[in-house]
Amino acid sequence: MAGHYSAWRIFREGLRGQRGWGRAWRDPEPASQYDVIIVGGGGHGLSTAYYLARTHGIRRVAVLERSWLGGGNTGRNTTVIRSNYYYPESAALYDMSVRLYEDLSKELNYNIMFSQRGMLMVGHSRHDMDLIARWAGAMQINGVECEVLDRAAVARLAPALDCSPAARYPVEGGLTQRRGGTARHDAVAWGYARAADALGVDIIQGCEVTGFLRGTSGEVAGVETSRGRIMAGKVQLAAAGNTSVLAGLAGFRLPLTSYALQAFVSEPIKPVLDTVVLSLATGVYLSQSDKGGLVIGGGLDLYPSFAQRGNLPVARSVLGAVAEQFPSLGRVRLLRQWAGTVDVSPDSSPILGESPVPGLYLNCGWGTGGFKAIPVGGTLMAHHLATGEPHPIARPFGLDRFARGALIDEAAASGIAH
Amino acid sequence: MLLIECPWCGPRDEHEFRYGGETHIARPGPPEAVDDAEWSRYLFERGNPRGIHLERWHHGFGCQRWFNVARDTRSHRIDATYAMTDPPPAMPDGEDTP
Repeated sequence: MAGHYSAWRIFREGLRGQRGWGRAWRDPEPASQYDVIIVGGGGHGLSTAYYLARTHGIRRVAVLERSWLGGGNTGRNTTVIRSNYYYPESAALYDMSVRLYEDLSKELNYNIMFSQRGMLMVGHSRHDMDLIARWAGAMQINGVECEVLDRAAVARLAPALDCSPAARYPVEGGLTQRRGGTARHDAVAWGYARAADALGVDIIQGCEVTGFLRGTSGEVAGVETSRGRIMAGKVQLAAAGNTSVLAGLAGFRLPLTSYALQAFVSEPIKPVLDTVVLSLATGVYLSQSDKGGLVIGGGLDLYPSFAQRGNLPVARSVLGAVAEQFPSLGRVRLLRQWAGTVDVSPDSSPILGESPVPGLYLNCGWGTGGFKAIPVGGTLMAHHLATGEPHPIARPFGLDRFARGALIDEAAASGIAH
Repeated sequence: MLLIECPWCGPRDEHEFRYGGETHIARPGPPEAVDDAEWSRYLFERGNPRGIHLERWHHGFGCQRWFNVARDTRSHRIDATYAMTDPPPAMPDGEDTP
């Protein structure tokens, strides 16, 4: 197997012609039975498997992936990590994730390149600044540090942003969470996969779930797949935009709608931006990758889609906003554009925990913000799968909150057009 | 970019329209007979098919009327547009409509 990664190892392999690197994870045939099956080999599925094995000692775990590992939203997001949420429940959830990300490279022995370059939200009007004051107050009460900035401070943090009085979107000020930042998205999937595999988890790619097997009292007993029948007493869905389709196979409906969320990357240019900038006026956000490409995102596409490609009107409005707000970037050429299928819940908060089918668990509804929550999603769901009880931080995010009316409506609170 | 056939105005650019959610959702009633679980299903649960989706659109920059669209969420292909009061059209077989 791949063994321990270190600077010494790179040096030694350099001397030995790079012949000593093994595969980072196995490619096993599915066994006939596991303790836990996880449907979806993206970040959340792999991290759940890792924490099941690492924290709870449950190693007879299979992660079933329809196509290739990390090829869904884990490989399609804009890599932003932040915890600038409004409600205490969300702050506890996402800040736990930021803290887990801080130690993740060491934990996984895999460099996920987490760069805490800060997350800057820019306000463009008195109303935006009122919202920012309210938002900053909530964050600080929730124990998430942040800083309200005036126009001059915003201009210093993001010199490329048009802060002049004549700007199309005049800048009034901003809010920054300095512990926010970006990470290498593929590395998060690969790091969890390698670490889970080393603990005995079977990662089975090219294995599509086509149905659910039920026991005598209706509980889940396993799954039918394109590679045969696999038994397990506990099954977790971690399939993002395709969760509703799987729920349909299991015979229930969910409060989810799947939309395309687009992302864009420009040609590599010299360093112009060393933080993540989000505009409250346009909902557009961008950062610059280590390679020099500008990584750009915006709001959702306007109608449900499973196509994994965005539509042109949204692309035009997102890129138009970038050109207007960062005039010096107006002539930078676009390199790539793509979209992921995100599962949006009515309150823009995730759904974690039990489903209507006993033994079938849900980790879904992350919508546009799943990447930042990969470590916490896995930690909380592994706790629930192993102990049978929801983790205290996950409890408010159960599916039962809709019938109880206990929504955690982050769509309204964060002021972002998600 | 979609070309949407408004039942009253004919084919028009996507820009002129606004998407208005899943259609043919019946409101349960009478209110005193509806429990929290059923009301929450009505408010929040959606079909969200990977396939043909029956949905409402509004022609905001045209006749300003609502109408129904049958659209494939995998390809964005529009198979039918029809009036709000019409029943759903018969769809070709082989599409998954969970």
